Amino acid sequence: MSDLLASDLITPDAGESPLLNQGSVSILKAAPIARLSFRAREASLKAAGSVFGAALPTTPLACETAVKRAALWMGPDEWTLLAPEEDLKEVFEGIEAKLGDEPHALVDISERSEAVIVSGEKAVWLLNTGIFIDFSLDAFPVGTVTRTIFHKSPVMVWRTGSDTFVVEAWVSFMDYVAGLLVQSAQELEAA
Amino acid sequence: MLLIYCPYCQVERAETEFHCGGEAHIARPADPSKASDEDWVEFLYMRTNTKGIAAERWRHNNGCGRFFNAVRDTVSDKFLKFYKAGEPMPDLEAIAKEAGK
Repeated sequence: MSDLLASDLITPDAGESPLLNQGSVSILKAAPIARLSFRAREASLKAAGSVFGAALPTTPLACETAVKRAALWMGPDEWTLLAPEEDLKEVFEGIEAKLGDEPHALVDISERSEAVIVSGEKAVWLLNTGIFIDFSLDAFPVGTVTRTIFHKSPVMVWRTGSDTFVVEAWVSFMDYVAGLLVQSAQELEAA
Repeated sequence: MLLIYCPYCQVERAETEFHCGGEAHIARPADPSKASDEDWVEFLYMRTNTKGIAAERWRHNNGCGRFFNAVRDTVSDKFLKFYKAGEPMPDLEAIAKEAGK
């Protein structure tokens, strides 16, 4: 069992060959998962968290994980909920049934983005070629999740291990993001 | 590049993640159907265009997506205070004095 966060949820796509596989850093396409965008007021959070299986974090940039579930803080009233594809219906209908008329928005955004897993001792270096964030463990500890911008594309970065990041981008932007990551990594090989 | 602190994410991030939304604390007419054309002109277009300490709206559009307010010196581009949307406008004169203006 891996000691990475949500390793039962975020797995490399077995059918895809690695985008990059160097000694110091690798980029793997992640297998598809169900993603839900959830927006609600504070009063609904507990109920939603209990049905979902993982509490919804209220600390900025934090995440909560449980078995095959992850709730990621995106904003003060916005979360991304991750679950395996086969559980989508159960999670979606469970939350809708529990919240009923309470004001909230739950939207299936599974198809909107794709994820890659960037890992290795040079992962931080590689991400910093396009993201202006201090990824030292003090400033960006394991579990931190944030939306940000990679070169010109909006991405979500989630640190699931000290040397492992999940980078999610919109499907049509993924070639751009992954392509630039692979290209930048060639510099490591040249050095 | 400017570094901007988001009071919702509670982190300092690069300017590229943000978008400036113009002057802060401009109240929309409470009863729009009763507002005259002059009221709308005032609301939509008239800005103080301050040279010096000014309160502005900013949006963390490549982050939490939230609007917040910031006090910035428009001459030096230095940010002096960040606060959440909905909080009252801070005393700009006091901030100016503190900043040595």
